[in-house]
Amino acid sequence: MKTLTLKTIKQVSLLFLISIAFTACSSDDDNTNNPEPVNEEEVITTLTATLIPVGGGTTVTMQTRDLDGDGPNAPVVTVSSDLVANTVYNGSLVLLNETESPAGEINEEIVEESNDHQFFYNVTNSIATFTYEDFDDNGNPLGLEFTLTTAATAMTGNLTITLRHEPSKSAVGVSDGDITNAGGETDVQAVFPVVIQ
Amino acid sequence: MKYYLMVLCCCVFSWSQSQDCNGTFSGEVHDFHDGTPIINATIFIESLNKYTTTDINGRFSIDNLCNALISVEVSHLACETKTIDVNIVNDTFIEINLEHHIEELNEVKVTGASGIKLTKTAQETHLKSEVIDRFSSLNLGDALKQISGVSSINTGNSIVKPVINGLHSSRIIVMTNGVRLQDQEWGIEHAPNIDLNTAGSINVIKGANALAYGGDAIGGVIVLKPSNITLKDSLYGKTIVSGNTNGRGYNLNTSLTKTYKKGWYLGAQASLKRLGDMEAPDYSLTNTGLNTKGFSINGGFKTFQKGFNVYYSYLDNEIAILRAAHIGNIEDLVNAINNPQPLVIDDFSYDINAPKQDVTHQVFKTEFYKRFKKFGRVDIQYDYQNNHRFEYDIRVGDDRDKPAIDLTLKTHTLKTSVTLDSKNNISYNFGVNAGYQNNFAANTGVRRLIPDYDKYDLGAFIVSELKLNNDLSLDFGLRYDFNQIDAKKYYLTSRWNERNYESDFGNIVIDDLGTQLLTNPVFNYHNVSASTGIAYQLNEYNSFIFNYGLSNRAPNPSELFSDGLHHSAARIELGDLRLKQETSNRISGSYNFQKNNLSLNIEAFYNYIKDYIFIEPTGTEQTIRGAFPVWSYNQTNAALYGLDLTANYSFNDHLFLNNKSSITKGKDVSQDQALIDMPSFKTVNIIGYSNPKWLDLKSELQSEWVFRQNDYPNNNFEVFIPTTGQMELVDVSTTPPAYHLLHLQSNISLDISEKTDLNIGLNITNIFNTNYRENLNRLRYFADDVGRNIMLQLKLNY
Repeated sequence: MKTLTLKTIKQVSLLFLISIAFTACSSDDDNTNNPEPVNEEEVITTLTATLIPVGGGTTVTMQTRDLDGDGPNAPVVTVSSDLVANTVYNGSLVLLNETESPAGEINEEIVEESNDHQFFYNVTNSIATFTYEDFDDNGNPLGLEFTLTTAATAMTGNLTITLRHEPSKSAVGVSDGDITNAGGETDVQAVFPVVIQ
Repeated sequence: MKYYLMVLCCCVFSWSQSQDCNGTFSGEVHDFHDGTPIINATIFIESLNKYTTTDINGRFSIDNLCNALISVEVSHLACETKTIDVNIVNDTFIEINLEHHIEELNEVKVTGASGIKLTKTAQETHLKSEVIDRFSSLNLGDALKQISGVSSINTGNSIVKPVINGLHSSRIIVMTNGVRLQDQEWGIEHAPNIDLNTAGSINVIKGANALAYGGDAIGGVIVLKPSNITLKDSLYGKTIVSGNTNGRGYNLNTSLTKTYKKGWYLGAQASLKRLGDMEAPDYSLTNTGLNTKGFSINGGFKTFQKGFNVYYSYLDNEIAILRAAHIGNIEDLVNAINNPQPLVIDDFSYDINAPKQDVTHQVFKTEFYKRFKKFGRVDIQYDYQNNHRFEYDIRVGDDRDKPAIDLTLKTHTLKTSVTLDSKNNISYNFGVNAGYQNNFAANTGVRRLIPDYDKYDLGAFIVSELKLNNDLSLDFGLRYDFNQIDAKKYYLTSRWNERNYESDFGNIVIDDLGTQLLTNPVFNYHNVSASTGIAYQLNEYNSFIFNYGLSNRAPNPSELFSDGLHHSAARIELGDLRLKQETSNRISGSYNFQKNNLSLNIEAFYNYIKDYIFIEPTGTEQTIRGAFPVWSYNQTNAALYGLDLTANYSFNDHLFLNNKSSITKGKDVSQDQALIDMPSFKTVNIIGYSNPKWLDLKSELQSEWVFRQNDYPNNNFEVFIPTTGQMELVDVSTTPPAYHLLHLQSNISLDISEKTDLNIGLNITNIFNTNYRENLNRLRYFADDVGRNIMLQLKLNY
């Protein structure tokens, strides 16, 4: 009877030791097993608008760049130079994800899903007017390509470029570039201070 | 209520050659627990039509018996009758132990409210299976709202989280068949992963007084138990089929249970639920469907003395989230708030598109118990839970169908407890538990909301119940918990610096990737909880309970580690590594009156929470998407207090009036302002009619009146809207107006055969298709709540 008890105790303690060994091993594993870092794939860090004056002149680039994505740092907004009054500019946009190396270009994805995307160009003080130069499969505007016509007189104002995902393109005014009824959700919104001279 | 009876015989034979019929069958009937004699138990020999009762010493004797095998029925007042076989050989003596167990009886009327209580001196309410069945096609949160003082915080109509006296999420423990639910319950959009149909009864305990379940239930404990197993040879089941007009959906639930007299049992249950887009009175709520599949298996062996239980449950919930609630930046939020209708309204569809959640929860549990004579009961339980949560955001390109969040939470718990109840007037319950939890966040191409972590828990408790006399009970409880959380989290270097973590936590950085830092925070928390209460029955009609509870809660992973953009709220939410645990001191008192046709139950509480963890706006940040308000987790001292009333008056056997009203106030004491997300004053009046002669008709007309919440912190802020070039007020604080809804609930029962009955129920909610928005629905900025729903439910019991 006594030996039996001793045997049982031995068996139980053996089991106990094995289980401890297991737990110890597995936690050792954990220490070396760091999670892989996440590099956000579809984050847009950088939007660059390039404006080339028709008939020659200085090309103007406007850029907003936010390398920490949703992090605390604010985007850095730059405008290379002033725009010339009463001038037509051919405009185009490049969108990048610079958290990746090399930087990922987002334009492709937007073109692929052009039916679900639209850029809007809003200005204060009527500093310029816009026309869309590219269209989606349904013939609705997209806005990666556009022309910008500056006002006739020198003035200052803001240019806001907004990218909406899944806007209702058929709503009133939307195909003319009016964002009021567009709905959808904002993927990019950048405000550039503009001087017309 | 449910007395079940176990008979144990140790027969002592006196052997003799004699064959004539003058043998005596005698014996003693004892209480299993303390060995005291049971008086007035009935001993009945059916074959001979002879019976007797036990005397003051628990003894009985029947003369003139022939030597034979006889069947003896032993019963005692309100006990389930059991039969034993006795071989009569001349003079036969037998000792019979009856179970006379307080825990299983639970008939002590503490608050006078009907039902089985798990505690003696806590504010507790019991929901019966009849009530649960009515909510078969809805959620746990919907069913619990039947209790005064319980409300819910919703994300749409399918994600419903119970709120007890103003507290929810990590401050509430949900127990399902003895298992503490671990399903990432910290998030407001994380509804409890419970199929209501697995529950046979639900008990809600307000406050942290039920220490056996955990020490951090500052809000309360919800205990779901499977239907009771009766010890007889039987096969029974239940099937519920219901159809809803709103959402054009159905719900199907069926269960089957086989029991054996010897104690073995096996049950299985399965449910299916499908809903399409719900409808508000004026428009379709696009992308609000639901697809739920679940099943559970419950088997084991159960006698009074010993038993075991093996349980497995599987639940998969796929829940669509209102399309219009997915927004890009603060301008979109302003547009949504200012627009009376949601910005996306499509035709009805059963499709479940992003944004959506797909959560699978599995529970495996095994439990063993044994009862020792004149001692008590020992329980040992192991459970494993696996919670897999996918959240799908609206994404573009190749990632379109990829989840944004992919979390796997695995929890192992081992616990054991001992109940000493051999003494009639005092009982002890003590136990220990150990838990290990692992969270794994897969790389989805979106920064992790909750990091990978290991969590270790160790707890020990002791609870004692003391019955001073028939009218006065006391209880005391003490609990200690140790929690360790060991996480691996990446911080954006910019965020790390902005939070100023380098000075305090520089030593936890284990890898520097340039733009990101890998950190290894390890936090230990020691929590002490205590509870005491008194229940006093003043006289036949009046009773009181008072109790006090001290509890501590460690910050949860979301409070510590949140760090990123929250789409449906258009805000950046930030956790804080510096958070300490919060401490609650809650006192409460209840008064119960019950006389003739009137019953009244008033429950009052005051809960002072030191270092209460909450989220509040702390500024604005600019991103390439535009501006976002920043909401940070913070600590303050808070006071919550309130009053819950339940009153019932029966005019006669058929007609009754019922009122349930509840008021809860929450105050941020440090900042001297109201606490956010407190339930509004609500009063529900019910007029009910029942008539057993009319196919057992039961009918209720319910008026639900929810007042406007006038106490709220002003978190409104102004933001520059580039497209209009103007500053605009973002009104996230102003609460929606009061609303009044009328509901009808009616059912009849038909006997189809001897063992089968059919219950036909008709439920109409929001009869007048009233437009309303509820303050505690997180989607109130985007759309009205759901309109009228007509539900037809067929319930077959067999």
